[in-house]
Amino acid sequence: MAGILLILLAAVFFPGIILRTRSVVSGRKGPGIFQPVKDLFVLFRKGSVFSSTTGIIFRIAPAVSLASVLCAALVLPFGNAGSLISFEGDFIYFSYMIALGKFFAIIGALDTGSSFEGMGANREAFFSMLVEPAFFILMATFAMFTGYTSFSEIFGSFLITDNAHLVIFTVMGIWLFIQTALVETSRVPVDDPKTHLELTMIHEVMILDNSGFDKALIHIVTYLKSAIYGSLIFNVLVPSGMVLWMQLILFIIVQVLFAIVIGLTESFRARNKMNKNPKFILAISAVAWMAFVVALILTHKFIG
Amino acid sequence: MTGSLLFFGILLLSLLVFLIPKPYKYVFTLVLLSTAVILTSAWAVDAYTSEAGLFSAKLPPLSKGIAISADRLSAFFIVVVNITVLTGFLFSRGYLKPWYDRKSAIQFSIHYLSYLWLYFSMIMVVMIRDGVSFLIMWEIMALTSFLLVIFDAEDRNIMKTGISYLIQMHAGMFFILAAFLIVYKATGEMSFDALGRYFREHGNISLFLLFFAGFGIKAGFIPLHTWLPEAHPAAPSHVSGVMSGVMIKMGIYGIIRVLLNLQDDLMAAGIFILAISLLSGLLGVMMAIVQHDLKRLLAYHSIENIGIIGIGLGVGTIGLASGNGTLYLLGFSGAILHVLNHSLFKSLLFFSAGSVYTVTHTRNMEHLGGLSAKMPWTTSFFLVGSLAICGLPPFNGFISEFLIYIGLFKGLASADLHQSIILISSIVGLSLIGGLAVFCFTKAFGISFLGIPRTSSAGNASEVSRGMILPQLIPVALIILIGMVSVLFIRPVMSILSSSAVQMPVPEQVSPLLRDLTMISITGGIFVLLIAVLLVYRHLHLERRKVTVGPTWGCGYTAGTHRQQYTATSFAYNYNHLAKPVIQTSKHMDDIPEEELFPGKRSFHTKSDDPFKKYLVDIPVEWLSSALKKLAVMQTGKIQHYILYAFVFILVIMILTFFNII
Repeated sequence: MAGILLILLAAVFFPGIILRTRSVVSGRKGPGIFQPVKDLFVLFRKGSVFSSTTGIIFRIAPAVSLASVLCAALVLPFGNAGSLISFEGDFIYFSYMIALGKFFAIIGALDTGSSFEGMGANREAFFSMLVEPAFFILMATFAMFTGYTSFSEIFGSFLITDNAHLVIFTVMGIWLFIQTALVETSRVPVDDPKTHLELTMIHEVMILDNSGFDKALIHIVTYLKSAIYGSLIFNVLVPSGMVLWMQLILFIIVQVLFAIVIGLTESFRARNKMNKNPKFILAISAVAWMAFVVALILTHKFIG
Repeated sequence: MTGSLLFFGILLLSLLVFLIPKPYKYVFTLVLLSTAVILTSAWAVDAYTSEAGLFSAKLPPLSKGIAISADRLSAFFIVVVNITVLTGFLFSRGYLKPWYDRKSAIQFSIHYLSYLWLYFSMIMVVMIRDGVSFLIMWEIMALTSFLLVIFDAEDRNIMKTGISYLIQMHAGMFFILAAFLIVYKATGEMSFDALGRYFREHGNISLFLLFFAGFGIKAGFIPLHTWLPEAHPAAPSHVSGVMSGVMIKMGIYGIIRVLLNLQDDLMAAGIFILAISLLSGLLGVMMAIVQHDLKRLLAYHSIENIGIIGIGLGVGTIGLASGNGTLYLLGFSGAILHVLNHSLFKSLLFFSAGSVYTVTHTRNMEHLGGLSAKMPWTTSFFLVGSLAICGLPPFNGFISEFLIYIGLFKGLASADLHQSIILISSIVGLSLIGGLAVFCFTKAFGISFLGIPRTSSAGNASEVSRGMILPQLIPVALIILIGMVSVLFIRPVMSILSSSAVQMPVPEQVSPLLRDLTMISITGGIFVLLIAVLLVYRHLHLERRKVTVGPTWGCGYTAGTHRQQYTATSFAYNYNHLAKPVIQTSKHMDDIPEEELFPGKRSFHTKSDDPFKKYLVDIPVEWLSSALKKLAVMQTGKIQHYILYAFVFILVIMILTFFNII
């Protein structure tokens, strides 16, 4: 339970920290850390404009997306405290729940009949299809190495043993989760949420027609996803037997660092050319494959 | 005994459909069909509940009678067949209405009779163990489905498709016949029961491959699938639903039957199935994405789902080979459950695609759009089917894919190098299939049902009759039920395995698995609850605020038309670039010559060929027919020449006999 509350809490600060990092690095005064949350409240206060083309799908899509991401967060463990709901193969459930949210976001965008939103929907579907295998290869590597098939057990057995090799997987896991998060939460270099041309956007162009309450929900989904990936990184890092308050501090440090990393990436890197994105995303899977091969060697299945 | 007598009576009575006046034919057939469904369901329940897990009887036509028997595997398939065939027939009433005046009474009689006999033959296929009777039923299944496919045979393309279907079915039949003959020669008995004996004494893998080729053509494994994307769109929708939902599963049934009798070479068989299933799954969905014909797209998805079932079977077989009970249990139960799941959502999708066709008279997605406002029921049915086929929770497709996934992940820890590589490729394959399916169905659903209507026929659409809506509620209810309370359904599936001939200790891991599925059900409940809370809150929230309706944001451009929407082609465009090696998309465009100052009307179209069909069917057939055409020189039409041929033939025979050659 604590895990979910912490993820919610992290989601509140996450976009603000990214924003602050960007303004500090670029030497601007910039908005405060709570600006994104304030924006949410503004959206909640506002009324809504619906396109005359849209129907029920457009209206329920944001709510379903949010519900599915929240449900995905249910199976995330919090360090040694474990998760609220844990079962074998819960990471499969996690991944498919995220996909369900995306499915609705995509058809919600297609409901407007706008070519811009169709384009965004198409790109979202395409890129998230490409990133899917990376997560599964990584989890398969973990499952093979630890012999467990659920988030809590896998992360629980991380760093328990004196196996120094686990450091490799920790590093690779962190790198892969960060890269996956960049794709899943529409961040530079895959997507630029702050770009000013519809043709160059992925996520932002999908929600051109959403307003008020629905738009707020969609933003919350994105913030939550960032926090969820941050929490995955934290879980990879946390050693067993850590005291609860230490875990809390580590959690905060990880989330803040993660947000700063994203902010720094956005400050110093341009967005990929759109047709470079598939290569970029497939490279993530390639690294995941490497992790798997390393695991094969370390478990003495391959070469001695 | 009375049961089999009654069944035999229904078989005979079905012929009377020719004598019934046209308006009552449907009711007559429905009565026969539902009686048979109730009867066979009772048999299935019998088989399930009896101690030995076996029901057996004799069909009385001949003095000796045909022995029919159902173990739990047969019983499961009977249930699957019953559900889809019955809903399909209920749906057909509304679907065939537009044809009522156009088709004669005889045509309707043939259609209904074929439908009934397709059903009977499928039931018999899963209940008959004897080889000869099995092959006869297999043949009836091919013939009746052929007659069903060519219902609209005035269209010459449909007739052509039907004949090509018939030929390919017989190619498959030949493989099965050959396989049975080999068994007969070795054991003196031609039946499934003799398989075990054969496999104990002879090499396993070659005969298995022969069976696999035969059953695989029916199931539609790539590269044996070439009939499937042609026949499904050509058939009326209730028939495509039945064919794709259950008839191709008869191939799966055959493969399972043979698999469970294998004694040796299990590892090779498992790896073979897994490899070909991965290929089918991936290529099936990859080719589905570029289709613009709604029913063709669904047909390619059948190949994909057969691939998923095959992955389950392959994993289970590898488990058998390596003595890993968990793999065996999870793989096979995932595959068998997916047989039921796929029959539900695929028939549902075909029915709703049929509803769309009934209203708009087109299956081309580029001519649809904006149906969600006009056809709310059909839209929600198609949406449920799409979510289920993508394997998304909380629907049934997720449960069976989850079982297979868990099997794969659990197998990894104890696998050696080769197995690890196979398992990880399957995991990657399955996850890619999942991602591609989401891509494909967001396209199919989004382009066909959402946005602005692209043609006037889509714009003038209205919801189909209640008679077509109500039958579709049956698969919808089952899809949600299996997705939400999967525990109820997994036990019967697992009891099939515990009573099968294979001596495999079913591991104690069953109870944790049931716990996992319960957890999934709980999270599914939380999910539904969350959506409900959010939507109610949203409703109350919006009530207190100003809600206005305006045009879609067009970047300042306000005169947007339906032609500016994203199309199915543009949706698949970037994907096409990536998948170029596999999918051959050809473009056709009229060039604009330089001297033409005011270009007139130009046409542009793209077409995606199935490379397998091209290289395995079309080109060899072309080659063969051109070779045979050369032989036509012999046919001069002059009687003297023919007498000469006969004379030469006799002479040759005489000479050969003289030299004792023949």
